[in-house]
Amino acid sequence: MSSTASYQIFGLGDTALVVDFGNRIDEDLNRRVIQYCRHLKTAAIPGTLEIVPAYSSITLYYDPVAISKSVPAGSTIQAWVKEKLTTALEQEWETTATKERQIRIPVCYEEGFAPDLALLAAQRNLSSEEVIRIHSNHTYRVYMLGFLPGFTYMGKVDEAIAIPRKPQPVPVQPGSVGIAGRQTGVYPLASPGGWYIIGRTPIKLFDGTRENPVLLEPGDSVQFFSISKDEFTDY
Amino acid sequence: MNLRIIKAGVQDTIQDMGRIGWQHLGINPGGAMDKVAAAMANILVGNAPREAVIEMNFPASEFFFEQPALVAVSGADFSMHVNGEEIASDHPVLLSKFSILQFHRINKGARAYLAVHGGFDLQGWLNSCSTHLKAAMGGFQGRALEKDDEIPMRLRKELCPMISNKEYIVLPWKTEPELPESDPATVFILPGNEWERLEGQSKNILVDHSFVITHQSDRMGYQLKGEKLMTNQQEEVVSSAVNFGTLQLLPDGQLIVLMADHQTAGGYPRVAHVISAHHSRLAQMKPGQMIRFQFTDIQVAEDLLLRQQKHLLQLQNACHLKLDNFLKQ
Repeated sequence: MSSTASYQIFGLGDTALVVDFGNRIDEDLNRRVIQYCRHLKTAAIPGTLEIVPAYSSITLYYDPVAISKSVPAGSTIQAWVKEKLTTALEQEWETTATKERQIRIPVCYEEGFAPDLALLAAQRNLSSEEVIRIHSNHTYRVYMLGFLPGFTYMGKVDEAIAIPRKPQPVPVQPGSVGIAGRQTGVYPLASPGGWYIIGRTPIKLFDGTRENPVLLEPGDSVQFFSISKDEFTDY
Repeated sequence: MNLRIIKAGVQDTIQDMGRIGWQHLGINPGGAMDKVAAAMANILVGNAPREAVIEMNFPASEFFFEQPALVAVSGADFSMHVNGEEIASDHPVLLSKFSILQFHRINKGARAYLAVHGGFDLQGWLNSCSTHLKAAMGGFQGRALEKDDEIPMRLRKELCPMISNKEYIVLPWKTEPELPESDPATVFILPGNEWERLEGQSKNILVDHSFVITHQSDRMGYQLKGEKLMTNQQEEVVSSAVNFGTLQLLPDGQLIVLMADHQTAGGYPRVAHVISAHHSRLAQMKPGQMIRFQFTDIQVAEDLLLRQQKHLLQLQNACHLKLDNFLKQ
């Protein structure tokens, strides 16, 4: 694969560079972001600490001190890393056909688990049942993680159930499934949050004691399915 | 071989240089707010600079040592007392068993770091001992230190005979902080990607005015209060990466400076970034204090960071030599 996608690179302070492919939420663009991330990990750019994907950008965090001695006189460390990064992005490389993982997540949309479901339904002139049907009838892409350990930004939700986030964050239970704009996501931990909570999953998306503490990764496909209160309790 | 907390401080936590490599899963690096001070405390007691230390706020925890220990406190000056006697910080101090370490008042700064020779004997999580409070992992049981906690230390036995008949010995060398190259109340910044979104007048305000650090300030970030800044563009920023030191513009026109426990991504305009060499300066600022911003360029930012690291390396070489000679006696 060669880089035909256009991008710009800018500094995020003096220890990171962002490759920005355009300020938008787009499935194809995000797929390329994740392919580029895999490629950059193999490119072994000197000083690299982390390569982190977001919706439409990649951030390379680097250690300027560790590589300062390799940088030729007359160049800043940032300019040198940027040059290495650009070279890696412009390289031809083989895209390994990685199968995107399909993961099904149970959600209880019943009363007591869905504090904002009725409100969202009323605002969008739908019944609660219709909101549940629309939300669980779609496969979502995990675009990125952030905000909390294991918090996934997924999309896009159907325009019919999209709703802007609340102006003020409120306390949210772990496992809560929310909607904000055309994004949906699960709060892995108790936290203040501004998303409309329409259900809760008994699955632990984050568990620090597990070898892999986070269940979902960028690029995964997620389908929610409805479970009853009893099924939630027995899960 | 434990360090016992006899009185809890305010959110004192175990920290090291941070948890690198997990931001793609939403797990932020965390780590000491003032990494230079944490490194200095370690250097004084002969540890590797990245060893875990206790980050203290004021009022700080009080400690009881069950065994002799070689300790050092760097960063803020909280008026350190051993068994009721005030002693200088930034020195290695040999303590006899049953010593009590207390902190009486803030003389300078906001965060002090306690290192013990040999380090703390902790499990760590994802290759770091930093306490991740939200995940309740790392550090000591994933939480701030509480009364009666007993933190295991990897103590070295040979310390016992050296302190036989004294309560404590302050070793006669110290870490001199680097002389500030500019006014300590001013931090240098680099422009952020959304800098151009600020209106002309707001750009001037950012560099010409002072901002006060409000009480809505913690390890995640400092909320600032100052003249309102306006943007000329309403387009939302799709969630993208942020960094320690990122200055984000909140919807109410006020700024927040992201600190060690910042989230991994954000959707607010990133108007600027505080240079890494001045993170330590930021970490020692308190709510109520005024802060000013001054633009610099990447060359200066990198030079100052390299200078800071060189200073630490020189201290490390000098202190380790002196400590080795002392321990051989």
